[in-house]
Amino acid sequence: MDPVNRKPSLATVWLGGCSGCHMSFLDLDERLIELAPLVEVKASPLTDYKDFPEVDITLVEGAVANRDHLEHIRTIRKRSKVLVSFGDCAVTGNVTGMRNAFSVPDCINRSYRDNSAVVVGIPSGNSVVPELLERAHPVHEVVDVDYYLPGCPPDGDAIHQLLVDLLNGRAPSSDGRRFG
Amino acid sequence: MSVVTLEIDGKVCTGVSGETVFDVAWNNGVKIPRLCHIGGLPNIGACRLCLVEVEGQKKLLPACITPVQEGMVVRTWSEKLIAHRRLIVELLFAERNHVCSVCVVNRNCELQDLAVELGLDHIRLRYQFPKLVADTSHERFGLDHNRCVLCTRCVRVCDEVEGAHTWDVSRRGALSQIIADLGEPWGESDTCTSCGKCVQVCPTGALFEKGKAVSEMRKDRGFLKYIVTAREKGQWIR
Amino acid sequence: MTVEELFDQQAAEVERQNALENRIYCCTAAGCVSCGSEAVRKAIGEEIKSQGLTGKVEVCGTGCMGLCSKGPLVRTSKDDALYGGVDVSNAAALVSAPETLAPLRIDTSAPFFIKQKKIVLGNSGRVDPEKIMDYIAAGGYQALARACTELGPAGTLDEVKKSGLRGRGGAGYPTGLKWELVARQPGDVKYVVCNADEGDPGAFMDRSVLEGDPHRVLEGMAIAAYAVGAQQGYIYVRGEYALAIQRLQLAIRQAERERLLGNRILDSAFQFRVDLRIGAGAFVCGEETALLASIEGRRGQPRPRPPYPPEAGLWGKPTLINNVETFANIPPLIQNGGEWFASTGTATSKGTKVFALAGKIANTGLIEVPMGTPLREILFDIGGGVPGGLEFKAAQTGGPSGGCIPAEFLDTPVDYESLARIGSIMGSGGLIVMDSSSCMVDVARFFMEFCMDESCGKCIPCRAGTVQMHDILLRMTKGEASSRDMAILEELCTLLRETSLCGLGQTAPNPVVSTLRYFRPEYEMHIRDHRCPAGLCEMKGNEGGAR
Repeated sequence: MDPVNRKPSLATVWLGGCSGCHMSFLDLDERLIELAPLVEVKASPLTDYKDFPEVDITLVEGAVANRDHLEHIRTIRKRSKVLVSFGDCAVTGNVTGMRNAFSVPDCINRSYRDNSAVVVGIPSGNSVVPELLERAHPVHEVVDVDYYLPGCPPDGDAIHQLLVDLLNGRAPSSDGRRFG
Repeated sequence: MSVVTLEIDGKVCTGVSGETVFDVAWNNGVKIPRLCHIGGLPNIGACRLCLVEVEGQKKLLPACITPVQEGMVVRTWSEKLIAHRRLIVELLFAERNHVCSVCVVNRNCELQDLAVELGLDHIRLRYQFPKLVADTSHERFGLDHNRCVLCTRCVRVCDEVEGAHTWDVSRRGALSQIIADLGEPWGESDTCTSCGKCVQVCPTGALFEKGKAVSEMRKDRGFLKYIVTAREKGQWIR
Repeated sequence: MTVEELFDQQAAEVERQNALENRIYCCTAAGCVSCGSEAVRKAIGEEIKSQGLTGKVEVCGTGCMGLCSKGPLVRTSKDDALYGGVDVSNAAALVSAPETLAPLRIDTSAPFFIKQKKIVLGNSGRVDPEKIMDYIAAGGYQALARACTELGPAGTLDEVKKSGLRGRGGAGYPTGLKWELVARQPGDVKYVVCNADEGDPGAFMDRSVLEGDPHRVLEGMAIAAYAVGAQQGYIYVRGEYALAIQRLQLAIRQAERERLLGNRILDSAFQFRVDLRIGAGAFVCGEETALLASIEGRRGQPRPRPPYPPEAGLWGKPTLINNVETFANIPPLIQNGGEWFASTGTATSKGTKVFALAGKIANTGLIEVPMGTPLREILFDIGGGVPGGLEFKAAQTGGPSGGCIPAEFLDTPVDYESLARIGSIMGSGGLIVMDSSSCMVDVARFFMEFCMDESCGKCIPCRAGTVQMHDILLRMTKGEASSRDMAILEELCTLLRETSLCGLGQTAPNPVVSTLRYFRPEYEMHIRDHRCPAGLCEMKGNEGGAR
């Protein structure tokens, strides 16, 4: 991290996922209070940033599923010193990727026509709903990823361990990690 | 039966002639990874995870079907072997739709165990996302092809232990699929005795008991040994 | 038939044929049939009748005459000439005055003909595969007679060992050694199996031999059975070879009727039955253990070796498996002796090799050359070089298990060791020529697609590895692959080679490895510049989002 006493900065990003990984992050409970003075949180799903900031560490939750995600993750990669694939959707595609066995039009029809009870119809025009990519990608298929934290969601202990390791300038340990 | 002495990973091990390198290694505490092998079923040497280096042999040999020989020098965990095994497990994860987070055996799965044992934290290969279905026509069990690794343990246990030969493999290559009888829905199979042996030997959640939710299912890995012991020694002990 | 009768019959048939004014040989191998030779043959037959020459002029169908690109081919005994591009309107002339067809006459002193040496194809185009008497007239079954009456099993084996003949299926295992392994096995029940599951893309050597000279293969098998002590043989022939199957069935029936197969062969105590087993379209069944499984009625999948088939083959019994071309070499080898056979070829590769020339070459067709003939001679003198003014780029031997040979190695002698040294293999004889319009990445992709489709699915490296390799190669041809993909591709090459269960998986990376070895810059251009130097691949760039 920055040698001149600056607190390392952290961002967490929510792409094509259920936000469960972020919930698990909150499961750090009182450890959040320990961590709070050690990092500066520059961006998260709760901060209203117009332009993604330059950060030291970014945790990315979710798969890259649409055009917005794609543009976003490319910017994030450029502005993050360390990028972590955070949780199974980011690491493997997971539930977000389950649509990949089907075509995009099939998925859209299923969601907005067949299964819609209230407003039936496919949103279109002016990219209100971002265009889906041909398939939902794990993050490392799209940009370089430095570290991976699998789990659906990764449990609080694993997240804590990863952050402590990164904040101390170590490569995250893989003790007790699960994959898949 | 004569005693055979050999070296496995620098450790002097003894076995009995006719035993495989795999069995002797495990009996001596050297755990060679495997997927298609399961004690009590005939070995087919198909998953290639138990390949080992044997001094004087140019090719890697599958430990599960290689008989021990006096003076053999075996290496089971070289850098090359680890690299091969990792890539093989990566191939399996990328081949079908292993969405572990929604699987009945999540955290009780031999495929996941292999990934952890080999230190995988992501798959470098393209996921193939084949369009596969699950057969839930059986009253008590289900077969989800998305999670199948085609180890054929189910085929072998059904044929060799239960004697029903309900399961077999249809088609070839990546399109291979486990089928009941001649491709009937499992629930309509004339030969299936509903014994459930296939479900217990299945290393993943491909064969599962109905009514189990995510992570709830535990497979009984010991029952096969129980049956084999009973057959061979006439003792019904676990 | 006794041995004396065999020789009597031969003399009688030769005399009968010589007495004919004209004997017309019309090529009815698949290549010529596809350009209308059956109609030509029929027209000639009718012409003979209408000219009132029945009994004086005769027409017969034959196996491949070699120069497939000039079909339909017809040979006439009257002027001992070969005619190409014949059609039904030439029938009348062919019957009575072939010399009037000078423009269609093919110069048989051209390099295509004189640079070849025909042992395996000696009868092809010269005997009617549907008439056993034609084969007998050409000296057929005399090698079997020699083995049974003169040499004995041990003597027969000695001749094969002395000959230095190596398996023509691809791997080149010494045939004599293999026979000896089977002969030495104890037990009464042994099998001889002919592998006719030829499946390499672009290869049609075995089909041509089976279609053109089926008795030669049967005789070779019978000699093998005599030498190793087998009484039952199987020919495993792929279902797509309908004509070969039909002719083999006919040949077996004829040979049994003449007591050249079945019980009391040549009036001796030797008995040998041959049955056909028809493959159902799986390339992997050309792998010997998968082939045996398929004959036994099980799923055609390989099993790990050892035990090798000579120890435990069909139903666990000692089994000799040889390829069609290997068996086809046996009758002349036994007839003339092992030393005669060994006088052709190089120090370690004896005899001749049949190649199927295909791709960007003027004379596509079936050729046979002495082992050790330089590739340049095969492709440019015999093959006539690359047509259309384009430049030679590479030759592919050994099909999906083989490799690409670039121009710098054109002077390599074609033998087992030399080809292996430059990263290819002899293989079964497919020889595909590529010119400057061929993209080597696409060539590698094509062969990988083939291996992917044909993988049996038993072992993981081959089943899933070929899928991933094909995926990467496909993305390369679309300009969607990265240098990281390239690294994984090379890792997969090593994985498949070192860990696959059978030869199909172990050799599946070969087309990739050899094109990477000689044409790496082409790969790099696809990845880095999204450019295909051959102009073949359509580069869409990186639309999908992934790297």
